[in-house]
Order: sequence, then structure tokens, then C-alpha cells
Amino acid sequence: MITIQCNGKKRELPRSTSIAALVKELGVAERKFAVERNRQVIPRDRLESELLEDGDEVNIVTLVGGG
Amino acid sequence: MTHQNEGLTLGGRTFRSRLIIGTGKYASFAQTRDAIAETGAEMVTVALRRVELDRTKESLLDFIDLERYTLLPNTAGCFTAEDAIRTCRLAREMGIGTLVKLEVIGDPKTLFPNVEATLQAARVLVAEGFTVLPYITDDPVAALQLQDIGCAAVMPLAAPIGSGLGIRNPYNIKIILEQARVPVIVDAGVGTASDAAYAMELGCDAVLMNTAVAGAQDPIKMARAMRLAVEAGRLAFEAGRMPRKLYASASSPMEGMI
Repeated sequence: MITIQCNGKKRELPRSTSIAALVKELGVAERKFAVERNRQVIPRDRLESELLEDGDEVNIVTLVGGG
Repeated sequence: MTHQNEGLTLGGRTFRSRLIIGTGKYASFAQTRDAIAETGAEMVTVALRRVELDRTKESLLDFIDLERYTLLPNTAGCFTAEDAIRTCRLAREMGIGTLVKLEVIGDPKTLFPNVEATLQAARVLVAEGFTVLPYITDDPVAALQLQDIGCAAVMPLAAPIGSGLGIRNPYNIKIILEQARVPVIVDAGVGTASDAAYAMELGCDAVLMNTAVAGAQDPIKMARAMRLAVEAGRLAFEAGRMPRKLYASASSPMEGMI
């Protein structure tokens, strides 16, 4: 198992979990979202191939009301 | 000064409406939807935040017609150039275009921008192909620098964000307008319709607001007031106001008096 931080919360995952698998497991339902890993944006077409590693910090963001 | 009588052109796209409306601080998403519709705006600002992982409620985007509105993601809450750049890159990855409202805050109490960090972020973002609309103080030097960097507009504040104080330094806005080769958009500080009309009468190309509508007693009615104010102010600017005179000048002829 590996431990990552996802949106500020600790999360344990099996080794070799892809970012796409994490997004699916979390049930992200937003029409628009984007992911960054260790402060680097992950292009959508790499979500499947990017495998998470122990200690990764992942942010999944969406659009909310703002001025 | 730019004279875009046909509409507001930003990053190669032209908008008929000269009002850009924020989507924050409304009582509900339904009210957000109705208020932004009433402003007639074609561009709405949004913020980027972490997805709520236990979300069961609706989200803002369920209420925003993406066929009708262009989204303008902001970097609100960013205090460093790096965070603002990251936020813009994330926004672009969502497939909503390259328009970004760049704000790098320098002080949490006034929410005035950190000009140095704003310039730094603008350079990187322009080089990466973003259409950068930077929020700045009413500082003509910063406005020139941001224009020279290649920003698609400059967005001086009228007064602090959410303050509703109106245009505190119209003379600085006039200087910024005189120098501008890109659209000048008054961003932040508008409180009521006359503030928006005044910004447009000065010759600004557009006004960006949020709290003035969302924080009104009746946001839907204020949304309409703002639409009319921006239109009226623009028309008055294009019409060219009469010169101010110290003494009276009768409107009715003296000839034929009885």
C-alpha cells in the first residue's frame, strides 16, 4: 500500500494505482475538473498512465462561484 | 485609449456586453443563474477550488449554460505568482479556453494586489499562451507594464474588492485610459449603478463586478440596473458629454418673449 494526500486528506491506496483510477474511486462527478500532482498539472490524456507513488500530493479541482 | 464601439474584444473574441459578472456570494445557485442572466453578461468569472469529495449537492456548473457564457477563471486567493500560475494551468486543463483573470493578492485585509508578483505571473502566463486579464491597483505605471508584457486588457480596481465604495480615483483611471492600447476594465469596488455608469462614462471598455449584484437586497433587480447602467454609461461616453460651464445658459429662446 501507499499513502498519498488527496485534497488535503490522507488516503491509502494499492501500489500502481493510476490517477484515473483514483478519480474514479473518489466518484468525481464534476463536469469540469483538473488534477495536479506534486504541484504539476497532469494533462487529461496522461491520467491513465500516471501511477501514484508513496507520499504524492494530489489536488483535484473544479470551478466554483467567484468574482 | 481604445474605442471599441462594436463591442469588447478580448483575445480575438468580441463580446456585445460590456459587463463581466462574478458568480460568488449569491444566496443560491438558482439566484446566481437568474442574476447573471439579468445582467446580460456573456462572460462570467469563476474560481478554482478543490472538489468536495463527499459532495451530494449540486454544483455551480449545473446552473451555468456553457453555450451562453464564456468562463473567466480567476486566481482569487493566490498570494504568490507560482500559485496563480498553477491555478491558470489547471483552469486551462479543464478545456475552457485560455482566458484568465490574474490576481495575486498582496494583503489579506485590503486584498490589494502584489504588483511585483502580478507582473511576474503575467510574463509566464503570456509566454504560455494565456489571454491574461490582470487585476491591479489604479496604478498607471503597473497598467503600462502589464500592457507591455502582452496582457489582453488591464483591470484596475475602482476600490477594494467587495467594498462597494465606487471609483475612488477617477483621475488615475483617466490616465490609465489615455495610455491604454488594450481594453481597460474596471474590476472591483463598484457598489451601485451610478458607479458602473461613471466607469463607462470615463471611457472604460467594461466593468467587472460581483458583490454589487450578489450583495444587493434584490440581486435580480440590481443585475438589471447594472446592465442598464453599463449601457447608459457607454452610450454617454460615445455621445460625448457637453462641456461643463460655470454659468447658466437658457434653453428657451429670448426672441418672441411677451
